[in-house]
Amino acid sequence: MTEHIVLRHRDIPDIGQLEVYLKHGGFETFTDVVKNKSPQEIIDVVKASGLRGRGGAGFPTGLKWSFLGKAKPRYVAVNADESEPGTFKDREIMEHNPFQFLEGVAICCYAAEANHAYIYMRGEFWDNAARMEEHIQQLYDRGFLGKNLFGAGFDLDFHVHLGAGAYICGEESALLESLEGKLGMPRLRPPFPTVNGLFSAPTVINNVETLTNVPLIVSRGSDWYRSFGTEKSPGTKIFCLSGNIAKPGNYELPLGTPFRELIFEHGGGIPDGKKLKAILPAGASAPILMATDEVLDTKMDYESVPNVGSQLGSASVIIIDDSVDISWVEYKITKFFKHESCGKCTPCREGTYWMLHILERIHEGTATPDDVDLLDSVAQGVQGKCLCALGEFASGAVVAGVERFRSDFDLKVASQ
Amino acid sequence: MLADKYRERIDGILAKYPEGHRRAAIMPLLYMAQHEYGYLSRQAVDEVAGILGLDPTEVGKLIGFYTLFHDEPGGRARVQICTDLPCALRGAEHFADALCENIGVQLGETTEDGALTIEAVMCLAGCDRAPMFQVQDSEGIHYHENQTVESAMEIIEGLRKQAADD
Repeated sequence: MTEHIVLRHRDIPDIGQLEVYLKHGGFETFTDVVKNKSPQEIIDVVKASGLRGRGGAGFPTGLKWSFLGKAKPRYVAVNADESEPGTFKDREIMEHNPFQFLEGVAICCYAAEANHAYIYMRGEFWDNAARMEEHIQQLYDRGFLGKNLFGAGFDLDFHVHLGAGAYICGEESALLESLEGKLGMPRLRPPFPTVNGLFSAPTVINNVETLTNVPLIVSRGSDWYRSFGTEKSPGTKIFCLSGNIAKPGNYELPLGTPFRELIFEHGGGIPDGKKLKAILPAGASAPILMATDEVLDTKMDYESVPNVGSQLGSASVIIIDDSVDISWVEYKITKFFKHESCGKCTPCREGTYWMLHILERIHEGTATPDDVDLLDSVAQGVQGKCLCALGEFASGAVVAGVERFRSDFDLKVASQ
Repeated sequence: MLADKYRERIDGILAKYPEGHRRAAIMPLLYMAQHEYGYLSRQAVDEVAGILGLDPTEVGKLIGFYTLFHDEPGGRARVQICTDLPCALRGAEHFADALCENIGVQLGETTEDGALTIEAVMCLAGCDRAPMFQVQDSEGIHYHENQTVESAMEIIEGLRKQAADD
């Protein structure tokens, strides 16, 4: 790809400064939208672009906006709680291309007819949040936020709200609970947030990367956006590459790029003369894949990754080499989910606890041969029984790990 | 009292949320209280509850849920090393062990001089720059990435010196 859509600071180094962003057409789209377009026109162009939510679920963004309830006030809540292991893309956007992100939030607010946006950033992004507050103040000073914008009668305020360390708050309904000052526990749905969300009002919740796409989609049109990616997964995606890889980092590539190209061309392959063994395509949250030729030739888009038994999710691709024991990988993943389970649903709270116990036995060398089947049975018992996806992620990781790398577990247990 | 000392800041925080939904200010106010007192004591919780007109239980229950809130005093700075899977694949567990050995504490412990608490934490969104850690203190939270044991020990010595100077 010759040009970045989201990581534009890689093409225009100082775009993180408002003056530079404005010089490159920044906030012209938002100004034009508020002065000359109806909210429905914006929803239509985003719908036509085929943009899908970049936080993991891949839900069509324009469609989500069109579901908004009629009641007022309405809110926009931005999910900047980036906490999936292996994900570090929203952070780069907010640190280096913050104004394109903020313009995306502003356009989203106009389309949603919302006068307030809350940017929910994970508490660990403390320094980043302080800078975000400064950027927002600059937008007020320049007349891009505030009352009666461009004389068109639209009021808009942005607020930064810090989380305090809880992965579950990246789940959209838990994020709303947390923003309201409660424990970050998922809500029962329906009603969906678009009808009854933040402070019981219709609310759009979108991820940072999703919204950062919006200014260019609106200014250049849906056909331009669809010239990247595949028919069902248009546009580009930031792939976060981490683990046993020569060049870890963020790579913005068209959706549909094969795993092989990401890992070996962009990521520089596996270091230290080791071989590729396994891939986690979406951090801890999607089933682990064996690095077969079929998997490596699979296109990384929302429709293709499920064909080989996993998900694209947030596209946080963790690379695992052949020196790594997958029973240890599953131990680490389960430790994460056990820590992050909010405790609301019994199968997730208890299931992650018991799965971790068994994996600890395997890891520490006190397991019996029956423990691998026991682990699998506990994991299967959690599936399909929880309010949110965390229980599904936690159990799915273990089921896939045991199914696809059974010999690693059996070897580990037999060696004890 | 927070309510007297930070009246203006508290009003600014409350104004971010709509009338009738001021409870949303709990987390920002807990951060403020934690920075003032070093940790969230019973008194700090009572004060935050008082500002919002809530039962202290409603405020206190959040502390155990969110990892950046602490209901017990720790070191002046908390050194929180990510040992989650992506960092662990790049040696973060060995890195954490080496730091602990050099400092002479176990994970979760506080140094005798009260300067540091060393902790292992879950993913901090710095996976491509592992090993990495964050330092949480009364000033805020700062990231230190692409670390070696040597570079980390320099930062740790700096934190200890700061604590001694206080």
